[in-house]
Amino acid sequence: MSVLIFVENWDGKFKKLSFELVSYGAKVAEMLNTDAVALSVGQVEANELEKLGRYGAARILSAVNDNINVFDSQAFTSIIAGFAQQENAEVVLLSNNNTGKAIAPRLSVRLKAGLAAGVSKLPLSTNPFNVYKKVYSGNAFSNVIIKTDLKILTLAQNSYEVTETAGKSVVTQVTAEWNSATVKTRVTEVQKQTGKILLTDADVVVSGGRGMKSAENWGPIVELAELLGAATACSRPVSDEGWRPHEEHTGQTGKIIAPNLYFAIGISGATQHLAGVSSSKFIVAINTDKDAPIFSAAQYGIIGDAGKVLPKLVEAVRELKGK
Amino acid sequence: MKILVCISNVPDTTTKVKFIDDFKKLDITGIQWVINPWDELSLTRALELKDDTSNNIQSVTVAHVGLVGAEPTIRKALAIGADDAIRVNAEPADAWLVASQLANVLKGESYDLIFCGIESSDFNGSSVGGMLAELLNYPSVSSVSNVKLENGQAVITREIDGGKEIVTVPVPVVAIVQKGIAKEPRIAAMRGIMMARTKLLKVIEPVAVDSLTEVVNYEMPKPRAACKFVDPENPGQLVELLQNEAKII
Ligand SMILES: Cc1cc2nc3c(=O)[nH]c(=O)nc-3n(C[C@H](O)[C@H](O)[C@H](O)COP(=O)(O)OP(=O)(O)OC[C@H]3O[C@@H](n4cnc5c(N)ncnc54)[C@H](O)[C@@H]3O)c2cc1C
Ligand SMILES: Nc1ncnc2c1ncn2[C@@H]1O[C@H](COP(=O)(O)O)[C@@H](O)[C@H]1O
Repeated sequence: MSVLIFVENWDGKFKKLSFELVSYGAKVAEMLNTDAVALSVGQVEANELEKLGRYGAARILSAVNDNINVFDSQAFTSIIAGFAQQENAEVVLLSNNNTGKAIAPRLSVRLKAGLAAGVSKLPLSTNPFNVYKKVYSGNAFSNVIIKTDLKILTLAQNSYEVTETAGKSVVTQVTAEWNSATVKTRVTEVQKQTGKILLTDADVVVSGGRGMKSAENWGPIVELAELLGAATACSRPVSDEGWRPHEEHTGQTGKIIAPNLYFAIGISGATQHLAGVSSSKFIVAINTDKDAPIFSAAQYGIIGDAGKVLPKLVEAVRELKGK
Repeated sequence: MKILVCISNVPDTTTKVKFIDDFKKLDITGIQWVINPWDELSLTRALELKDDTSNNIQSVTVAHVGLVGAEPTIRKALAIGADDAIRVNAEPADAWLVASQLANVLKGESYDLIFCGIESSDFNGSSVGGMLAELLNYPSVSSVSNVKLENGQAVITREIDGGKEIVTVPVPVVAIVQKGIAKEPRIAAMRGIMMARTKLLKVIEPVAVDSLTEVVNYEMPKPRAACKFVDPENPGQLVELLQNEAKII
């Protein structure tokens, strides 16, 4: 028996979410009285792989194959399903990010294992296997029983604390099966921004809405984000207007994020917007309207004109950071 | 080429959800049911592809697994412009059951491009599209923000961390869509609403499939503590609270 954790890498490196995933998987393994096995696919250096041991992976499988050159959901499903069988997995755990969402449902069918997507707490019990997840876009939660022997879980980002353990782990090199002739996905172009903090990775996010009035007024938002090492975001109308790029749109139809701190500036707090940000640990709202629904979701608020409040806020943060 | 759009029927996104029977069931009184937002956008993109005659698309069909109560939502999809519809007459108990019913319907059919949404706004499952593709042994591409057809292949833009990637995949393929796939959902015109009444809505009886998961009960989000207000003249006070009380900056 084991809990198999698929740990994605980004150009050979792991991220905070990888460690959250391993921490969670290790705890589930403990509940099941078994071992957490981390599976990494693709080229990752030994010292990077060993990091996974610090969060409770008893063993680390490093599956490599020089021919892997594209993310193909069928091929990745085959690789992970193979190791799940080999490791006699009881639970297979992935992240609820783009990659996890692409593979987990296929794995569920391949292994005839019930899937719960976006779990945000440890299982309430393991027999029956009872997990907790968001429903109705964050307007409610549900306790769900997975009835099959093998279970597939994807973990909601930023919902589980990274926990270090003293455990030791062994890295084993294995081969990932890959047959380029049968892989159907071909990449023809990649467009990537570099050097920017990704919205989905950021601990702090500074976001503006229609109350910012125009694209020219974004200066202080960008400045505040830079001072705080934060990512910038916006509401849907802002990206629809073209004031900000589409990648920044958060909400039900945009990105769903869960940073530690979310600044909602000139954002009314429509349910569809909150659906993307309500899992933030803290929300700060700045709005001229004291009755704006965003204040019901926020812990801290300023009733005032963003044009006047923001420059002062930027100054105060600058002072704090000593810049 | 033929396109299939899988649609789920969900409470309008502004619904304040409530539960009954000791938090075991959704209280459906007063709920407005709509096409899942992603599916509405998929349908819009499918119709755009069909409008471009160079793509040579014969038909756009919508499919839904659900009981008769969902038919107004299906008719709405027909009014927006789908050519015909299929309803599998089963309670959509979980994603596995839904995907299995859809796969069964598609077995003898030849849809080239199948659209699913990245998630339903009710159970936020992110499951049906990938499951359906695996059941049919079709390729699937997830986090899709654009689909074009070129030389009988799908040219798909997908979101990756920090950017986008354009991939080509042979049809049949399941495209699992998210933001960007269409700008605004197409809305039904009067003529479309009239025509929808006479379009074919085929009802198919389900095959026997058990669900793999089961919702035990629901919980409401914990109410957040009341918002603390800070003097707009003195945002320094906010910084102080974030640093010393919340301890997050
Ligand atoms: C199916 C569907 C999906 C949707 N998905 C999303 C989504 O994913 N994300 C999303 O954001 N929206 C989404 N929406 C739209 C959503 O319903 C709201 O229309 C939108 O979030 C409003 O954006 P906003 O708060 O920026 O603008 P508004 O609602 O116009 O609010 C502007 C706010 O700024 C305040 N304000 C004005 N002037 C100032 C000032 N000088 N200083 C400070 N504050 C000021 C106002 O009091 C107001 O509260 C969706 C809608 C639908 C129907
Ligand atoms: N009952 C259903 N009938 C048809 N398609 C569905 C149904 N439920 C979900 N889907 C499709 O699967 C997508 C993802 O839904 P889910 O996996 O439930 O989050 C939706 O956007 C639809 O395209």
